[in-house]
Amino acid sequence: MSTNLLEVKQLKVAYGGIHAVKGIDMHIKQGELVALIGANGAGKTTTLKTLAGMIKPTEGSIVYDGANMAQIPVYNYVERGLALVPEGRGIFSRLTVEENLLMGGYRSNDKVQIMADIERVYGLFPRLKERHKQLAGTLSGGEQQMVAIGRAMVSRPKLLLLDEPSMGLAPIIVQKIFEIIRMIASEGVTMLLVEQNAKLALQTCQRGYVMESGKITVADSAEALLSNERVQQAYLGE
Amino acid sequence: METFIQQIVNGLVMGSMYALIALGYTMVYGILSLINFAHGEVVMIGAMVTITCINLVSSIAPGLPGSLVFTAGLLMAIPITMVLGFSIERIAYRPLRKAPRLTPLITAIGVSITLQQVAMLIWGRSPRSFPAIFGEDAPHKLFNLDVSITNIQITIIVLAILLMAGLLIMVEKTKLGRAMRATSQNPEVAGLMGVNINTIISMTFVLGSALGAVAGALYAANYSRADAYIGFMIGLKAFTAAVLGGIGNLAGAVLGGIALGLIESVGAGYIGPLTNGFLGSHYQDIFAFAVLILVLVFRPSGLLGERVAERA
Repeated sequence: MSTNLLEVKQLKVAYGGIHAVKGIDMHIKQGELVALIGANGAGKTTTLKTLAGMIKPTEGSIVYDGANMAQIPVYNYVERGLALVPEGRGIFSRLTVEENLLMGGYRSNDKVQIMADIERVYGLFPRLKERHKQLAGTLSGGEQQMVAIGRAMVSRPKLLLLDEPSMGLAPIIVQKIFEIIRMIASEGVTMLLVEQNAKLALQTCQRGYVMESGKITVADSAEALLSNERVQQAYLGE
Repeated sequence: METFIQQIVNGLVMGSMYALIALGYTMVYGILSLINFAHGEVVMIGAMVTITCINLVSSIAPGLPGSLVFTAGLLMAIPITMVLGFSIERIAYRPLRKAPRLTPLITAIGVSITLQQVAMLIWGRSPRSFPAIFGEDAPHKLFNLDVSITNIQITIIVLAILLMAGLLIMVEKTKLGRAMRATSQNPEVAGLMGVNINTIISMTFVLGSALGAVAGALYAANYSRADAYIGFMIGLKAFTAAVLGGIGNLAGAVLGGIALGLIESVGAGYIGPLTNGFLGSHYQDIFAFAVLILVLVFRPSGLLGERVAERA
């Protein structure tokens, strides 16, 4: 099991009296693309936020890259190569596009590398280059998602957690975003993808977990999940 | 006409000090959505420490030039208020970070009263006079008119402009400034980016207190005195200035401070003639609070309040 980049054991998360995550096990190997699907309120976002350090778990362990993450403050996660593209994008709306991207490199002191990374983001999303001086809050939803993903790329993640990257976006933009996600993955970045659009997620990833009211009920290869009758009925709309 | 120009000059002097203090309110509000009512007391302590230190320096090394002695006073007052601001946040506000909004607000009032009492224990209840280190400070005639401005007043305006420009450049152009802005907009995500939110919050208090100390020292120099009570009124006025400009907005605090100084000064200059002598210039305070009420009623977001909305 030493090749697991992330290993989650009996993770429980509760806040405000709600048990959102009720003891889940999960692992992700180096270089893998894993989907986490499930209905609204199943606990997917809470799981992702906990993995990213934004919420502290009530029980269980999260071992990432050999380190027990429970003891590490959230602002040290990014240095270890763990990045989250949060639900609703979480861009800094009154910072410019470029300033948002610069925030991705906050913990690096290598200005040359940061600027090179930002240029690379501009290469992938020429729209952002055109608007680099514009306040991010004035961009369209799709462009904001590009900022959020670009910002995560500038932090050079080893494990990228993506929360609903397709949410609220036009199909053509979703396609573009997923193209970029596949491209980032092809460079060896490990990913955990939370998606409402289960079909798209499973077509993109190699493995998947199905989450239902705080528990993982099915874990299988993406192919098997796509042909799983129960999954088809519940999440694939077939 | 000359009265008017004179009131403008006085208003700019007052307004510069309001602006420096308003920045402290607005920076903290921008990051914590907390109105730090203890900030006026930090300003007062800045003023009192400056006076004490100037007396000390003058007695150790008499005959030094006034500007040098004043600088020495500032160099003492600034670090002390920085530590004070840092400690206030650490001790009084941080444990309440997740408490309902009203709790830290009440705490702020408590801190304010505590600081005032401590200041009274240290410096007594009666005013301390600001030593005459600048000699006579005879007023200059401005534009050959019957309008006067003193060296201290010139110093206040110049120093305030330099500090405000420095702060705005720091916030707009540096990495620390960017992190401060990011934290004020979305602290959770700023944390994900690797920003230590607690450090940024501490920095905000420290910077605001430093500006407050300078404002306090200038205030004492301008009025030739200071006492343990000055923090309340000057804090309230600067808070009004911050609300007028749009609380949370740095440029707004500067604009609101200057505007409030001008309104007050021009108002005080004309209230006598306008009411046939019924109300004198000592009623100048009503202008500040009339402005506060009008802003809260008609434009609660202030002159430069938030305009860019977050799009879903």
